[in-house]
Amino acid sequence: MQLSILFPAVVNGILNGALYALIALGLTLVYGVLHIINFAHGTLLTAALFAAFFLYRSLGLDPYVALLLLTPAFFLIGYALQRFVIGPVSRGSDSNILLVTLGLAVIIENGLLFAFRGDTRTVDLPYSFAVVPFAGMFVSVPRLVGFAGAVVVALLLWLLLTLTDTGKAIRAVAKEKLGAQLSGIDVAHIYALTFGLGTACVAVAACLLIPTYYVNPHVGNAFVLIAFTTVVLGGMGSIPGALIGGLFVGLVESVCGLYLGESLGQIGIFTMFILVLLFRPSGLLGARA
Amino acid sequence: MPNNSKRFTRRKFLQSTALTAIASASGVIVSPTVLRAQGAAVKIGFLQPVSGALAYSGQQGRLGASIAVEEINAAGGIKGVGKIEAVLGDAQSTPDGGNAEVEKMNSAGVCAIVGGYGSSICLATSQTAARYDLPYLVDVGVTDAIVTRGLKNTFRFGPGFGVIAKTALANLVAINDAAGKPARTVMIVHEDSAFGSGLAKLLNEQLPLNGFQILETIPHPTPTRDFNNVVLKIKAADPDIVIPANYYNEYVLLARTMQQQQVRPKAAIYSVLGGAASSYKFVKEFPQAAQFIMDCNHWFDPRNAKALALKSKVEAQGQFFTYEVYLNYSCTLLLAEAVERAKSSDRAAIVDALSSSTFAGHVMPYGPTKFVNGQNQGAVPTNTQVIGNDIQVILPEAFASAKAVYPMPRT
Amino acid sequence: MKWRAFLPILVVVAVLACVPLVVHSDVVLNFLVTALLLTLAGQGWNILGGYGGQYSFGHAAFFGTGAYATAILQTRYGFNAWPAFAVGVAAGAGIGVAIGALTFPSGLRGSYFALVTLAFAEVLRILASVAPVTGAGVGILVKLDPGIHALQFSSRAAFYWFALALVAAALVVTRLIEGSRFGAWLVAVREGEAAAQALGVDPTRVKLAAMTVSAALTAAAGCFYVQYFLFIDAPIAYGPWISVEALLASIIGGVGSVFGPLLGALMVKTLGEAAKLVTGDAPGLDLMLYGIVLILVVWIAPRGVAGIGERCRAWLARGSLGAGGTAA
Repeated sequence: MQLSILFPAVVNGILNGALYALIALGLTLVYGVLHIINFAHGTLLTAALFAAFFLYRSLGLDPYVALLLLTPAFFLIGYALQRFVIGPVSRGSDSNILLVTLGLAVIIENGLLFAFRGDTRTVDLPYSFAVVPFAGMFVSVPRLVGFAGAVVVALLLWLLLTLTDTGKAIRAVAKEKLGAQLSGIDVAHIYALTFGLGTACVAVAACLLIPTYYVNPHVGNAFVLIAFTTVVLGGMGSIPGALIGGLFVGLVESVCGLYLGESLGQIGIFTMFILVLLFRPSGLLGARA
Repeated sequence: MPNNSKRFTRRKFLQSTALTAIASASGVIVSPTVLRAQGAAVKIGFLQPVSGALAYSGQQGRLGASIAVEEINAAGGIKGVGKIEAVLGDAQSTPDGGNAEVEKMNSAGVCAIVGGYGSSICLATSQTAARYDLPYLVDVGVTDAIVTRGLKNTFRFGPGFGVIAKTALANLVAINDAAGKPARTVMIVHEDSAFGSGLAKLLNEQLPLNGFQILETIPHPTPTRDFNNVVLKIKAADPDIVIPANYYNEYVLLARTMQQQQVRPKAAIYSVLGGAASSYKFVKEFPQAAQFIMDCNHWFDPRNAKALALKSKVEAQGQFFTYEVYLNYSCTLLLAEAVERAKSSDRAAIVDALSSSTFAGHVMPYGPTKFVNGQNQGAVPTNTQVIGNDIQVILPEAFASAKAVYPMPRT
Repeated sequence: MKWRAFLPILVVVAVLACVPLVVHSDVVLNFLVTALLLTLAGQGWNILGGYGGQYSFGHAAFFGTGAYATAILQTRYGFNAWPAFAVGVAAGAGIGVAIGALTFPSGLRGSYFALVTLAFAEVLRILASVAPVTGAGVGILVKLDPGIHALQFSSRAAFYWFALALVAAALVVTRLIEGSRFGAWLVAVREGEAAAQALGVDPTRVKLAAMTVSAALTAAAGCFYVQYFLFIDAPIAYGPWISVEALLASIIGGVGSVFGPLLGALMVKTLGEAAKLVTGDAPGLDLMLYGIVLILVVWIAPRGVAGIGERCRAWLARGSLGAGGTAA
């Protein structure tokens, strides 16, 4: 394979990976603290995409501006979902949490279908096609912004977790729930807060994705498996793990796609995932189980 | 310990049989949704995947069929038989979902079923319908296997991918020859399920026989999140013609990525069943990316007044005039005419009527229908090109509205 | 084990076997056949997930292998349907052994295990979508040939009894495991692997054996799918839908119980149909209702439908045992 194709493929892979990382950041936080696999994550991404789309359509809000609105909005939605639906209904049972998030996923996806039909919607912004030439290739500007966004969000989350009191509370709950409770931490509140943060990440991802992608009720499904793969690969609960894992997944996907074709190339991600887990069962940067 | 487990399982035995009894006795699963029309006499089933991955296509298909039913009923129904009572079903984009709906429609007493859309859905549903000798009219599903199983009840109004590939190729040769054969190398980008793979296989067999060299055939999954690598390969290989065959979303993403990377094949983007290549929606939303794209796809007869009237009606409702709409519209009219000739809602009579059908009241450029082994012989795809802000018909010449712009100008 | 342990299964199966004699509606019979298909897949999942505590998100790997093996043997190699079915089940079990042998010794457990099984299923799906032997994207169509020689039946009732026979076998296998020493080891591993190991149980071998049985049962469901629908392609065979439905049916019905998957499958399928009936045509509305009721069911019956039985029993027992006679 000529370098002229390989190099751009690597760059593209990393840029795609940044997006996967962004989606995975929310998921890994939720897993690390609540120890649940959130089946509804993909549909929450879809919902955020719809929100960004309608803000653009009705208010003419650029998605990068809508981001400032949607991030807190989706934080609240995530908080409410965990506090008032998932938490109370599942009562801590792992298998029930699975079912509840599954149920939520079905409700959200089909609610969007019912409300907005199956049409594919796109936003066409003046910078959707903007490119910067770089080392003989064209790099998509929105994708670059996405990359920056992923790094910034990862950094912010990491700072939140290590420096703030809330962050310390979250880490305490993640490490030892009973102990945290005994120290006076409101676990239900922390759980909801974490879920809210995870959902907020998804809102950021949606706003950064929408300039180059499209919106319909089933869109989130295409990212769910990749997000799960990224989370587990990076180590569940590890913020830097999700970032690195995402970039790595994007890279593997791109290079394998180049050599094996887009269809067969997908196998690279999952094969690598299996191999990593067989040799490092808690992921690249995960804490030993 | 043993006593407890017996009581436990007895409760479960009661529960499981109770559930079964309730389910069957209460008719929960028996009655599908039925649109009642005044003085309705003949029930027809309309099966579409209106939820799940194929939701948009299913909704469009349902739209076309319902407009046809409205028009027929407004004119007094099917002559000599009565008004149509449409029994709608949601195949949920899976074969088993479609299957269950066929069972329900059969039990509701429909005289025929129209629809299915997806090839794998149509395979399952037409087969189930065959058990009850229920006439089944396929709207879109292009897999050739649908009409080669020897099922007497199954009819397909539109073309299968064998005919589509052959026509696409013949037209490509014609267009290329007329311009002095500027193109020789081809790259195929196709989705990797039934229709894409099937088409790619046929094209791979036949393109070399016509003097074209295939540089690469690139399959991709549906959905594909990113086409940058594919476009990179196109850029590196620099083919004269790119042939995409995929669904709407992927087609748009591919076209947009090509535009962004400033990759343009020397002669043409010649789609075969291109998901968006002959879509008004695509042209409206991405006029630049759509310029000069060609498609060999289902298309209505632009000389037909009924077709144009249907187009206005659909657009007045704020929807796009897509192939699912006019194919289902035509199938419904075709079926209604067959029922009229059968003079009843007797299934066997309708199957006979369809087999001997010479219906010309549809809106497709097929001529009067003629079914051989269930396949409508006159069904062909049409070549279109996006010129300016509209989709023009390029071939067949009989109703072309513009001449092909080929090779594409280098902008 | 005393034969009396199987009495409930016998009774349930006998009653269910009588259903086609009373119910002639093909709609209902088709519904029940798909419910039994789901039960079979769920029964497989339940052995590993319910009794063994190892939740798998990739049971599609076994379903699809059974389905493809059956289809390929019949269409490409002219096998008769019966041996093709058997080979399909064996092939599924073989994949189970392979996946188990790779993952269990590494100590993968919990969510990591679940997601690695999902990865395996995806690998198989991708391979199946490009490999010529599986028909690649086009899939495999099995020739319509009603007759017991081809394991296809013209009457829905016959398919129903066939499915019921498979489910009955699965129920018996589950009960056998439940009442055996192996079952005790399996539950011990579920409750606490370290403790089980301390008692002399080899968790890896136990889990591997459970995985094999689990895979075989789910593969049988895949083989049945092919015989019933006569068509298979990569997303149907190895797609996440069957993995999710199998675990959904088992959890809703009650994990770790013999009749859990059966109850769960009936419940889940009935819910789907009821939702359609209630909401009519609007696309997506029925599935929304389905999701809402699902959440409600989890809320009301946190240990599954089977758990309701337990709670009723406990509630009834409260008043009668004397200690604190009045409602406490």
